[in-house]
Amino acid sequence: MTLPELSLTRSRRDFLERTLFGTGLGVLAHLLRVEGRTAPVSADPLAPRQPHFAPRAKNVIFLFQAGAPSQIDLFDPKPELHKWDGQSLPPSVASQLQLAFIQPTAKVLASRRRFAPAGRSGIELSEWLPHTAKIADEICLVRSVRGESVNHHPGQALLMSGNPLPGRPTIGSWVTYGLGSESRNLPGFVVLKTGSSTQGSTGNWTNGFLPSNYGGVLLRSTGDPILHLSNPPGVSLEMQREDLDLIRELNAQQLARSGDREIAARIAAYELAFRMQAEAPQLIDISDESETIREMYGLNAHATREYGMTCLLARRLVERGVRFVLNQHAQWDHHTNLDKGLSAKCRTTDQPAAALVQDLKQRGLLDETMVIWAGEFGRTSLAEWRNPSDPANIGRDHHADGFSVWFAGGGIRGGQVIGRTDELGLTVERDPVHIHDLQATVLHCLGIDHERLTYRHSGRDFRLTDVGGAVVDAMLA
Amino acid sequence: MLPLRAVSVGWVVLGATALVAQTVDMPEPATGQIDFATHVQPIFRGRCEACHGSTNAMNGLRLDRRSDAMRGGHSGPAILPGNSRESRLVHMVAGYRVKVVMPPVGDPLSAAEIGVLRAWIDQGAHWPEEGSRGSEGEASSGEERHWAFQPIVRPSVPAGDHPVDHFVRVRLHSEGIEAAPVAEPRTLLTRLSLDLIGLPPTPEEQRAFLEDGGTGAYGRAVERLLASDHFGEKQAMHWLDQVRYADSDGYAKDLVRPHAWRYRRWVIDALNAGMGFDQFSTLQIAGDLVPDRTVEDLVATGFHRNTLRNREGGVNPAQYAFEETVDRTSTFGTVWLGLTLGCAQCHDHKFDPLSQRDFYRVFAYFDNLEEAMVYAPLSGEMGPYLQSVNDYRREHQRILDEHDVPALQADWERRSLQAGANPGVYLDYDLAWQELGLNTDGGQEVVRIPPERRTWRQANMVTYYFLRAYSLVVGAEKAKELGFPDALRQISELNRRFPQPSEARVVRERGSRRPTFLRVRGSWDRRGIEVSPRTPHALSTSPEPVADRLALAQWLFSEGNPLTARVAVNRVWQEYFGQGLVRTSEDFGTQGPPPSHPQLLDWLAAELRDSHWDIKHLHRLIVTSETYKLSARVPEDLAKLDPSNVLLARQSRLRLPAELIWDRAMASSGLLHRDVGGRSFRPAMPQGTTGFKAGGTDWVPSTGAERYKRGMYIQFQRTQPFPYLVTFDSPDFRAPACRRERSNTPLQALNLLNDPTFAEAWRALAVRVLSHAPRASFRGRLRYAFNLALGREPTEGEVSRFEQYVEGRLAAGKGEEGDSAALPRVEGIDERELVAWTGVGRVLMNVDEFVTRP
Repeated sequence: MTLPELSLTRSRRDFLERTLFGTGLGVLAHLLRVEGRTAPVSADPLAPRQPHFAPRAKNVIFLFQAGAPSQIDLFDPKPELHKWDGQSLPPSVASQLQLAFIQPTAKVLASRRRFAPAGRSGIELSEWLPHTAKIADEICLVRSVRGESVNHHPGQALLMSGNPLPGRPTIGSWVTYGLGSESRNLPGFVVLKTGSSTQGSTGNWTNGFLPSNYGGVLLRSTGDPILHLSNPPGVSLEMQREDLDLIRELNAQQLARSGDREIAARIAAYELAFRMQAEAPQLIDISDESETIREMYGLNAHATREYGMTCLLARRLVERGVRFVLNQHAQWDHHTNLDKGLSAKCRTTDQPAAALVQDLKQRGLLDETMVIWAGEFGRTSLAEWRNPSDPANIGRDHHADGFSVWFAGGGIRGGQVIGRTDELGLTVERDPVHIHDLQATVLHCLGIDHERLTYRHSGRDFRLTDVGGAVVDAMLA
Repeated sequence: MLPLRAVSVGWVVLGATALVAQTVDMPEPATGQIDFATHVQPIFRGRCEACHGSTNAMNGLRLDRRSDAMRGGHSGPAILPGNSRESRLVHMVAGYRVKVVMPPVGDPLSAAEIGVLRAWIDQGAHWPEEGSRGSEGEASSGEERHWAFQPIVRPSVPAGDHPVDHFVRVRLHSEGIEAAPVAEPRTLLTRLSLDLIGLPPTPEEQRAFLEDGGTGAYGRAVERLLASDHFGEKQAMHWLDQVRYADSDGYAKDLVRPHAWRYRRWVIDALNAGMGFDQFSTLQIAGDLVPDRTVEDLVATGFHRNTLRNREGGVNPAQYAFEETVDRTSTFGTVWLGLTLGCAQCHDHKFDPLSQRDFYRVFAYFDNLEEAMVYAPLSGEMGPYLQSVNDYRREHQRILDEHDVPALQADWERRSLQAGANPGVYLDYDLAWQELGLNTDGGQEVVRIPPERRTWRQANMVTYYFLRAYSLVVGAEKAKELGFPDALRQISELNRRFPQPSEARVVRERGSRRPTFLRVRGSWDRRGIEVSPRTPHALSTSPEPVADRLALAQWLFSEGNPLTARVAVNRVWQEYFGQGLVRTSEDFGTQGPPPSHPQLLDWLAAELRDSHWDIKHLHRLIVTSETYKLSARVPEDLAKLDPSNVLLARQSRLRLPAELIWDRAMASSGLLHRDVGGRSFRPAMPQGTTGFKAGGTDWVPSTGAERYKRGMYIQFQRTQPFPYLVTFDSPDFRAPACRRERSNTPLQALNLLNDPTFAEAWRALAVRVLSHAPRASFRGRLRYAFNLALGREPTEGEVSRFEQYVEGRLAAGKGEEGDSAALPRVEGIDERELVAWTGVGRVLMNVDEFVTRP
């Protein structure tokens, strides 16, 4: 009689039925008896779920560097480029490159940065990343990442959702859909944002066609940290509680009259909203953090204050059980004024990102928290020079065939480099890692088989890694 | 799996100085006589047929049947008997002159195996008949056809029975289940009103309905609502979900589309006018091609303009033009055929009888579109426009002349054209040329037209763009010095001051048809064989090819096409019962579940077809059935027997979509601004919310009564939708959405509890209640508030509970100085009472009942 149960809403209802309705409408009486006005957690669709296999990581902090940081100047030294500096590459080579703005005849631009081995592992890093150098032994640097598009929006869509066209659920949504969240009073997938907006915009944390429970919730830096968190003018906390009590009573009566179990879920949602109103302000109130911590994240310096705050909040979020934090920092798109722009970005982000890894480690959280540092692609070893009369105007175009990202913690083996690009930084020479492979690896560390985490929509089963993806075993601890 | 270009590039870098192309030669042919069955077929079966066999036929190639193998695939013939050196099959397995080696997984074929294939081909590629497997006919022949592809057979209904009830009861009877009783009258009226027009019944309508106790009362309410202008709005909402209507481009730039609403208005008007579904569809698909077409017919083709547009700097316009045509193709398949045609973009459909060739044949219908803007004045717009147009144009020219625009623009155009003709030479203008192409619709073509021959609209498009984009080449400071931002401001003010006729985004057919090619693996830049427009093979109704878009639209409504009607009635059905008779209303293919009531589906489909596709008739049929009117109460036994309500022994309570919760708040509070078919508006955001944009500029909220228009008119900005809509499961309007999720989240609670627009609605409701009958008793006031917000009377228990609530608020002195100082006082109403009743409004607009269709 019953058709195959496909939708999640449905299975959530079944779940509710099992947990809440074992005694028919006894739930009503139960709800009215509940002390402290808390509804059963099990009514929450974000209740924690078992992964496919034993996980290495519980939570993820994704430090997304939107706009495409230049790996040539930060992570992937190419001394051979100096031999070609200022010259065009042979057409047979240059014509193979996928370029966005420049022509294949553009001149080579060797990096002006000095690289030095860092940590015991000796990973070569740029002089502009002195703090990242301190965590070299924690990070797994992948130098051979491949995207599919050299344009920002498709690149960001691929990185976040596994498909260059917009509209698919993003990685944070997939993870919370798969695992739920340990946090009872905060959303399971939280987004932090600094810098200007990005091309991917809210598409970078959309739930796509998954239910909206799994969409990223933006934690705002001005006004309410969560949209509509504060009561409207004239409504005090006491009035809020009175209103919620009355709403709950009316809902409970309606539940008794109609027998519609969805009402129980609504009652629970209103209670969670109330708890969120109390919890979110505590989350962003960092008065309980020590001066050492503030200094470590750079909260006392102008350049690092803002990004440092988001990195610190990311830690506070995972401490409270939030499953996935997307911390997005924009404006790495250095087509022009590379030296000025890139150095400023490094001054802003290098210290806080490293501090986050160190802080997680000293709190014993790094083992269960995966930190990802990645842009949507990298930059060319060829120069882009929009205003040739100004030497400082020089920059780099987009490059998706071999760029660098790093991972730390949560089941990742630190202190190693994966993959190699060729001597001119044009393409991947060894161990190519597609974006889908990275995504499969993230899910794997969380105990999820990327081929089994699917959602049926529009007549087919979708997954984060689309039709690709293979776990990069070498990255694993 | 890696993308193709990642598997193997055809060149390697050997140090910095040696850059040589890598070439691979192919193994020599084997010696000796080759036998197909012994030597060749095992290779095909073991290494090729998984992808090039009967189930997949990737890239159109099959190696399991002689006839197919010899015909080749989408890239052309694979086997040239007698000439293995030139046979594509050999190139592919040997990696010779190709970027990718087959098979793509596992070890490559050994030199010996390739030698066998070569020798077999050189010896004439002899393939004995008995060596082939499978039938030579079409895959679908002989097998029983999938239910959805079978002809619609109109089942008979006993005289006097309502057809809907008849089929539902037959099924219930066979399951031994009894139907629920009919719902109470007030519930019925609220249900009917929310379903047909998307607005709650007013207290006056409720009273009239209850007083009209006659047998025809319900029917009269149905007719009143079907005739309402709001009917078209409500039904358009569901259609706009499917055709992915939005007010912006999507992608990185996400520019606002100020004229998109004109298509939406067409949809609303057509539905209100009772246009048949056949004409409604035909005009949207091919309004430009119908005989004696009117401007309104053209406006309908705005359907094709709902695709996303990628204007990000550095993108290849050809790639995204292809993506848009792909989108049009799969949208067509989803909206009218209920098929996942889009699955066949890269390979043959894995489950349904849709080949990759089918996909590109349908694609070919849409491959010849050309975009255009037209004046589409609404009634009453042209007179004032014509009266003032001369003054307007004179003023317009004065602004341009004052800023020396004509000369500067001419120079900018000349340099841009020069850069466009010589890429990589004039670096500063390279970008200007690219951006002109990306950020205008057809700007590069217009600058090739001498200025005096440009139309008014063409000229302005380029000039306005120039005023904004000159800074790209001269810098923002210089542009400011020239006064360009000021000129733009003056022009936009002028455009507001003088009456302008409405414009519409439309399509038309290109003058000459360009050839359409299948794309290998769905990649925009990998051309395969040429294809002509044709309907999918498995659905073809005649051997004759269907010539153009107009014929394609007509084919949808031809006798032999069973899908259109089934898909359409199912989508209407799901809005009344929460789910379709076929639950996957977007997928009628073999992977979807079969219909719960196949005879009912077919009866409705036949009835829609035989009623000249009368949409209102279909709605009327459904809502006048007993099944529709049943109580939604879930008795315990039924909750166990049929939790998803597939059998329809009762109705279902359905959480309202985002737009209708908004509408209910606006309507019950009396704030609602009725402007059927009008422009989009921007609601307010909470104070202190920053970083919220529309197409790169700040979101400037609408002012005045506009702010209280219906939710369906909230400007939909694709990359940054108004958060309220997303919170309540609005689709993202990137692809067709045939049904919506109904989630239930804490963010929804926060939104309804704290959103400033909803707060206005509570207070407006309170004012309405208090001024309605100033001296009414508490009970009288509460009844009115309940009637307005929930469409029902309060129970005794509710009356006393709310009385206690209001008393408490009054006693606490809420509304004294300082408590709600930010809110404007209302003359003649005691502020303390107003605050207490605002609380009542808040509670009523937050209960589950308020966000639910009963």
